[in-house]
Amino acid sequence: MIRITDVNKSFGETKVLQNINLVVPKSSVYAVIGPSGAGKSTLIRTINALEEIDSGEIMVDGMSIHSKKTDINKVRTDIGFVFQSFNLYPFLTALENVTIAPIQVKKVKKATAIERGKELLASLGLGDKFDSYPSKLSGGQQQRVAIARALAMDPKVMLFDEPTSALDPEMIKEVLDAIRKLAKTGMTMMVVTHEMGFAREMCEQIVFMADGKIVEVAPPEKFFSNPESARAQDFLSKVLNH
Amino acid sequence: MYQADWSVIPQNMHLLLNGVLLTLQISALALIISIPFGIFLGLCRISKNKLVSFLSTAYIEFIRGVPLLVLLFWIFFVLGRFMQLGSYWSAVLGLAAFSGAFVAEIVRAGIESVPKGQMESARSSGMSYTQAMRLIILPQAFRKMLPPLASQFIILIKDSSLVSVISVVDLTLVAKNIVATSFRSLEVWTAVAILYFIITFTLSQIIRIFERKYKLRE
Ligand SMILES: Nc1ncnc2c1ncn2[C@@H]1O[C@H](COP(=O)(O)OP(=O)(O)O)[C@@H](O)[C@H]1O
Ligand SMILES: [Mg+2]
Repeated sequence: MIRITDVNKSFGETKVLQNINLVVPKSSVYAVIGPSGAGKSTLIRTINALEEIDSGEIMVDGMSIHSKKTDINKVRTDIGFVFQSFNLYPFLTALENVTIAPIQVKKVKKATAIERGKELLASLGLGDKFDSYPSKLSGGQQQRVAIARALAMDPKVMLFDEPTSALDPEMIKEVLDAIRKLAKTGMTMMVVTHEMGFAREMCEQIVFMADGKIVEVAPPEKFFSNPESARAQDFLSKVLNH
Repeated sequence: MYQADWSVIPQNMHLLLNGVLLTLQISALALIISIPFGIFLGLCRISKNKLVSFLSTAYIEFIRGVPLLVLLFWIFFVLGRFMQLGSYWSAVLGLAAFSGAFVAEIVRAGIESVPKGQMESARSSGMSYTQAMRLIILPQAFRKMLPPLASQFIILIKDSSLVSVISVVDLTLVAKNIVATSFRSLEVWTAVAILYFIITFTLSQIIRIFERKYKLRE
């Protein structure tokens, strides 16, 4: 479903991604963890071409993302992206945030988009927030609107870049629950996260990154009890003792 | 001692009011033209295309470096000759060309004030650059642009007094003509200064009311 082959990327002199290879099969949930500055955000942003790559190839559902021949706007409708800082449109209501892309990009009928938007918001516990502006919503509610907005395009893949890092502790659970629910529907997902509990419980594989490289890929049971690399051992000892 | 005779003002009130109307008309037309023009220039300026961005930057810098008076003369005597513009449209186009450069900077600042994440989330939902600009970025930028655009209108009204030199019968030229026949320069120029002030002050008060209303809704 997502196939990353020999990807390299630099920002000026700094090599941010070095020889990245990874395959995320259909309906799998992969967690990407690692210290800050490891290149996690850069990696996940290259998957929907928010960042360019210097070399290599990224395939999503058979489409080569960075190929000149690919219509990137078309491919992006199949890839939902959820940002750490929500990035809701502040001048639109929750429902309008969810329906604008289906209506304008997919040319879905307005009534159909609204019906589907309400359904999605309600399923994420926001049934009474259709007409609320983002500034009137809590962080957890905003992030759930952002998830609904991404799902409204019926994506084949969902990417999350630290979806709970900007949230107060009491709101982390409601957002993680939403992602959990989504995982159960068989959605293919890649989640950059610092929530080790979530990664251990929900994800098939843990992708551990450091210094622009994928250092280790392992199932959570193995990764958390018996990590192979010294970098991962060091990282885990710091995070888990917290 | 000089004996002021203010009766010259009411006697010529209709002429003065016509001048006020023409001043407002020319400034408003120039503003209306300079807004889409300025948006276009501003978008070109932030374009990734180096040539487009260079041309727009060059235009903006050039206009900002040339006195409006000289620009008006140039449009009237050079461009106006070729295109049969006449003094009225030379004045409107001159002011619009001048104002457009400043509107472009207002537009650029407005767009740059919208957080980067807005463009990113619009693009990641499959919108093209143009769609994202039109549907997501510009509506937000425009709110930020309203107060400086309103100030630009006030500046235009004041700058428009220069169009009298290409014989547009605006408030300033009306005043000059009245002085030429009545020799009452003290009375007439005082009245005209007050009229300009009334126009700009009223406008800035209206803007302030709108700003306050808008703040309350945020
Ligand atoms: N736009 C950018 N310009 C220059 N350097 C960047 C940019 N974005 C990220 N970096 C650098 O790339 C490295 C990886 O960043 P990032 O992918 O954000 O890491 P992570 O998400 O794992 O914390 C960091 O050293 C960061 O400073
Ligand atoms: Mg990051």
